[in-house]
Order: sequence, then structure tokens, then C-alpha cells
Amino acid sequence: MSEAASAHHRTDLAHHFESYEQQKQSSLLGMWVFLAQEIMFFAGLFVCYVVYRHMHPAAFAFGSQHLDWRLGALNTGVLILSSFTMVVAVVGAQTGRRKMIVCGLILTLLFGAVFLGVKVVEYGAKWQHHLVPGPHFEWHGDPAAGRAVQMFFAMYFVMTGMHALHMVVGMGIMLVMIPLAWGGRWTRENHNFVEGFGLYWHFVDLVWIFLFPFLYLLGLAGSGVHG
Amino acid sequence: MAADHRSQGIAILYLLSVTVFFSIGGLYATLIRLELLTPKGDLFQPDTYNRLFTMHGVMMIFFFLIPAVPAVIGNFILPLMLGAKDVAFPKLNLASWYLYMIGATFTLYSLVHGGVDTGWTFYTPLSTTHSNTYTTATALGIFVNGFSGIFTGVNFIVTIHRMRAPGLTWFRLPLFVWASYATSLIQVLATPVLAITLVLLFLERTFGIGFFNPAVGGDPILFQHLFWFYSHPAVYIMILPSLGVISEIIAAFTRKPIFGYKFVAFSSIAIAVFGFLVWGHHMFVSGESPYAAMVFSALTMLVAVPSAVKVFNWMATLYRGSIEYSTPMFYALGFIGLFVIGGLTGLMLGTLGIDIHVHDTYFVVAHFHYIMVGGALMAYLWALHFWWPKITGRLYSGFWSHLSALLVFVGFNLTFFPQFILGYLGMPRRYHAYPPEFQVLHVLSTAGASVLALGYIVPLIYFLWSLKYGAYAGRNPWGAVGLEWETTSPPPVHNFEVMPTVDHEAYEHRVPPVAEQEPYRVVKYGL
Amino acid sequence: MDSDRQHDASHDPSLTPYALVLGALLALTALTVLAATVHFGHPWSDLIALLIALSKAGLVITFFMHVRGSSPMVKLSLASGAVGVLVFFLLILSDYLTRFLG
Repeated sequence: MSEAASAHHRTDLAHHFESYEQQKQSSLLGMWVFLAQEIMFFAGLFVCYVVYRHMHPAAFAFGSQHLDWRLGALNTGVLILSSFTMVVAVVGAQTGRRKMIVCGLILTLLFGAVFLGVKVVEYGAKWQHHLVPGPHFEWHGDPAAGRAVQMFFAMYFVMTGMHALHMVVGMGIMLVMIPLAWGGRWTRENHNFVEGFGLYWHFVDLVWIFLFPFLYLLGLAGSGVHG
Repeated sequence: MAADHRSQGIAILYLLSVTVFFSIGGLYATLIRLELLTPKGDLFQPDTYNRLFTMHGVMMIFFFLIPAVPAVIGNFILPLMLGAKDVAFPKLNLASWYLYMIGATFTLYSLVHGGVDTGWTFYTPLSTTHSNTYTTATALGIFVNGFSGIFTGVNFIVTIHRMRAPGLTWFRLPLFVWASYATSLIQVLATPVLAITLVLLFLERTFGIGFFNPAVGGDPILFQHLFWFYSHPAVYIMILPSLGVISEIIAAFTRKPIFGYKFVAFSSIAIAVFGFLVWGHHMFVSGESPYAAMVFSALTMLVAVPSAVKVFNWMATLYRGSIEYSTPMFYALGFIGLFVIGGLTGLMLGTLGIDIHVHDTYFVVAHFHYIMVGGALMAYLWALHFWWPKITGRLYSGFWSHLSALLVFVGFNLTFFPQFILGYLGMPRRYHAYPPEFQVLHVLSTAGASVLALGYIVPLIYFLWSLKYGAYAGRNPWGAVGLEWETTSPPPVHNFEVMPTVDHEAYEHRVPPVAEQEPYRVVKYGL
Repeated sequence: MDSDRQHDASHDPSLTPYALVLGALLALTALTVLAATVHFGHPWSDLIALLIALSKAGLVITFFMHVRGSSPMVKLSLASGAVGVLVFFLLILSDYLTRFLG
């Protein structure tokens, strides 16, 4: 081991691990087990979605038409791009290129901000059109949607809201990571945090991949697009 | 100690906290049993009584049973059994304890403001709409506590996979490790569903978003599906570690390896997996489709099989074993009988025809108390008695511990067996007033509860006493086999002076014993 | 601490495969929008949407998340999450799909 690496050894190998490899494998497995838990968290929401859509198909189709699929598609593209830039950051960490990590993280953060900005616009529009479920909900669309159209919006808000919450947390962590990466915190030998965070960010992308078609695109066939 | 992230220290933190919350839950139980001495609801208003059984359930389930064996025993003993210095993520482990305490704080806040009246099951629409109690605070407390469990589960899974000593292959692991692993699987995969359920409950209650409100197309049964998807596997979180403990005790005090090791090991995993398939058996009469009910009933029969496998293997281990009637062994033998009764009555409840008759009666209450108190709690006590010398380095009185085991066993059966009869005769659960013909059984039950309470207080005394005056324990006072018995009592900071390697099968008694100078048994027990 | 100068860049992972995956993901997104405009009828629209979403997810998991090169335990974690979701869906639908039969 080179001198620089053994100087690292004293600080970035936790005392209860026998080797960097054990630390890395533990870190990776830990993040994956955590992600299994996240899958089940969102599964609960998807189960509600499946049940309520089964019970109220018209409500869901009509409700979906009131979502702007173009903003949804834009956000999908933005999030996929952010996944790519996250990969750039991870590759940077794997190859010990500090600037690549920082660039990747900054771009990911920017794309995330665009995504959230679009969501703010969307949520604001819903609020203005009285489509936020609760005591102030008013439906001015086709009455064939039925009372349950409010349930569609309830699912929309809680699913995209939970997703957005996960993004905000991720972006907060990135804000901390960027200066750390700039300071050379992660090396080729030990960059577990970057890899682990990358997995988390990709998971956030994965959830959206399922949210987009099942929330935004339900009403696309048939009566056309509603902005 | 609260900043030290060694798992030994964290285990002690949990030991103190679970004892406090168990006492609070026990206080509620006392009030419940006092009310039930007489047929009239004369001690408490109905509304108050609702809060009593709710907070009893919440405290006992979330703040005692779920963490007890994993977080207290597991944190201390699991790394020792694996030959590891600590768990994989020590800081996360400490965070688990803090989350647990934060969750408890929210719940205690609710408690001092009168508690919740919905039952620990939080069914809608009472919980979302009509209840005027501190439901949100309690739900928040349970939500935060859930993450404590999730992080513990993640920690244990990674620790078991990545931090075993050299030579410690999967099939050389003590069965407590297998049980802990299966428990952690459930913690990780089931608890998040509880989390999202509580979020939806909170949103409906606070913002009026009708997730379970039929007026906007919602279904209250969906809440029950979501709730029980977690809460059924949760009961396996509560019992599985205890089943692992029983295996350890039986192996130690019969001086034999557990019969059918692989079957017992895999049965823990099977219980964890099958446990996810049966939640609908809590909803047979709630309004779920009868076809779904049939499916869930059939699957419920399946989940009993791995439990039975364990019992048969324990019996086979006892046969021709060199049995020593130590206190832990007393508990173990009691456990097997009570677990069998609890399990068989579970099968009865899983049978649709019977459940229609006994659902929401004391039959159900007796069933789950047989498993949770007769099973899980006893095994926790038992585990404490078994590993106390290792954890504290002290021995406790043989006489008083045998006595408390007897008190617990007699008290427990006197408390809960009458409840099977009560339930079968039609006494509903969660009622504080009842027809006078049920009084005799209720009085027996309350009398039993007094004896049981004594059985819990006595160990508190002699355990505390032992800390100051107990004889010093050697490395291996029981002459058991396992890596934890090869280190000092209590273990050094990093668990072992020299990290061990393993070259023998699980429970293989080696003759001569572990190569240290002191004699096996430092204390002779009176009985 | 900066090891930029020390390593040999010729064996470094290239970004090209990832860029290709990015392209595929964006193309599949366009495809899913397109497919949604066609009226395939009741189960088919959903199945097609699900299939496309699963393909995108598969790409992210396999390439961006490196599951292919990971340990068996990682794959098992993922599988257990997937199985858990499946069990949840199937058994809950056993209730909702049979509610008003007969």
C-alpha cells in the first residue's frame, strides 16, 4: 500500500471492519437492503392506486386528463438525465477524478431543481383549479367522473408528494456532498458513500418511471389531451 | 453512554428503556384487570377504558415486544455469536435507539394528554374522523419507532452476511442468528407498509383527504389490508427471536446439538416468508370477499407448519438429552407448552367457521397473549436469565429465579386460560362491562394477573441485587457452546481479546471444554 | 489526497455505454407517450405501459445501478422487494377482484 493510502487507512476504515473490501461490501449491501424497504414503502401506495383505479376507472381516466402530460414527460426526461449525471459522478469517484464527481453532482442537483420547479408549477395550478383533495375540492369537469375523482387527485398528490419528498432529501444530501467531494473526501479506494447515494438517486428515478404513465397518461387515448 | 455507539452499550440503553415502557404497559394492564373484576363498568368511563386497552397495546407491541429480544439481546449477543467486534453500522445502531426514544416521546406525549381510544389497530373511520384523541401524536410516535426497527433490521442483515468470523459458515451459525436474520427480513420488508399506512391516516385526519372515506370513493377495508399487511408479519417479529432463544437454551441445557438443525434454521426463514401471506385472516368478518377469506384461511394453515417443525425438533432434542433444570430451562419447558397452545388456538382462529363465532372475543385475546406473553415475553425473560452472566459478569440467585419462573408460569396460565373460556362463551374483547355470569372467570384472570405481576417484579429485584452482590461469573457458567461463551464476562470493548476462528459445527460440545482454567459451573443451583 | 495524477486512465470505465442507456430510456419514454395515445382497450393499454416501464426500470437497475456486476445478495435484496410487492398486489386483488361475484 502506498504511503498516501496507508495514511487514509487510519481514518477512513472503520474500526470494526477488517478490510476496505468488507467495509465496501457491507456499505453496498446495507444500501440495497434499505432500498428493498423503500420499494415496500411505495408498494403500499401503488396498491392503493391499483385498488382505487379498479374500483373507479372512470374517475381515474377523467382525473388524469387534468394533469399536463407534457410537464410530466418533461419531468421524466429531466429525471432520467439526472440519473445519467449521477452515474457520471459515480464514475468520477471510481476513477478518483474529483472534478468529475463535483460536476456530476452539480448537474444532478440542477436537474433535480428543474424537476421540483415543474412540480411547484403543477401543484400551484391544481390549487388554483380547486383540485387539491380535501374540504376545498371542486370538480368542474365531466360529471361522469363521479365522486371518486377526488380520490384520483388524492393518489396523485400523495404519490408524487412522497416521491418529491425523497428527491428533496436527496438534494439536501447532495448539497453536503458537493463541498466534500471538492475537498477530496472520496478516492478510488473508498467512495462507498457516493456509490450508495447513487443507488438511492436511481431508485428515486425508478419510482417516477412507474408514476408517470399511470398517473399522467390514463386519459390520453380517447378524448384527447387536456392541458 | 448515550453517545457511545458500541452495540454492547446500545443493548443496555434498550434494556433500560424497554423495561420502563413494559412497566407503563403493565400499569395499563393492571387497570384493565381491576376494572374487569366486576361486571359493571364502575371503575372507568367507557371512553377511558378504550384508552386503557389502546395504550396497553401500543406500549406493549411497539415499545416492548418488537424491540425487546432483537435490540436488547441481539445487540449484545449477535456480534459475539458471529465473532465480530460490533454490528456493521454502529452509528446507525445508535440512531435506532434515538429514533425509538423519539417515537416513545411522541407516544408518551399523547399518553399524558389522555391517550388514544381507537385500539392499537387504528381502524378507520374512528381514527381518521371521529376520534377526538391524540391519534396523530401516537401515530407519529409509532411511525418514528418503525424506522428504528427498520434500521436495526438492515444492520443485522448486513452484519450476519458480512461480519462472520473466519470458518463460521451459515450452517455453523447458532440458531439464534438464523432467527434474528429472519426477524430482520420482516422488519425491513413489512415495517415500511406500516409507515405509509400511518402517513395516509395522518393525511386523512389532518387535511381531510379521504383515502379511506367512502364518500369520495375510499374503502375502510383498504386501511385494514394495509395495516395488517404489516401487523401480521409484525407478530412474527415479536416471536421469531424468542424461538431462536429457545433453541439456544435447549441446546445448552440438554448438552446436545439441536435435533434437525437445518430444519429449524430454515423454519425461521419459512415463518418469515409465509407470515407475509396470511394477513387477511384478521379481516374474515370485516367485509373482505369470502373468496379472499378462503385463500387467507388456507395460507394460515401453512404458516403453522414451520412453527410445528420447531416444536418437534425441540422435543427430539430433549429426548435422551442430559437435562439440567436451570432457571432458563424451566422457562423453556414452560414456553413449549404455552407456545403450542397459542399456536393451536391460532389455527382454530384461522378456520373460517370458528372465527365467525370467536372473532372479537376474549378467545382472540387469550390466543395472542399465549404467544406474546407465554411465548415472546417468557423467552425474553429467559434470554435475560441465560445471558445475564455474560452481559453483566454476575450470577443471580438460583432459588429466587426458580421461584419467579414458577410464579410467572402459574400466574400466566391463571390469567389467560380462563380467557379462552370467556371468549368461547361470548365475552367480547374491549368491553369493560359484561353479564354477571362471566364474573368468576374474570376474577380468576385478575387473580392470575396479580401473581404474574409478582413474577415480573421479583426478577427486577434479584437482577439489580446481583449487579452489586452477585457472585462473579466466569466465561462459561452454563458450560454451553458458542463463541459468546469463549470471551470474558462481560466481554472487552471489542468483544474479543483475539478475534476467533471457527472450526466446529454449531452446538458441538468439545471434550475437554474450552481451554480456560476455571471450572465450568461456578455456582450450584439449589433445585 | 487527490489521486488524479497517479492512476492509469486506459482501464477506466467509459461513459459511452451509459450514454447509450440514457438514449434508450428517453426513447422508451417517448414510446410510452405514443402508446398511450392509441386506444388498445382495457387490459392491454395498462399491460403495454407496464411492459415499457419495466423495460426502463430494467435498464436503470442493470446498468445505472450495476446490479449485473454485484454480489448475489444484492440481487436477492432486489428480488425480495419485487416478490414482496407481487405478493401484496396478488393477495389484495384476491379480495377486490372477487368482491361482488355470485
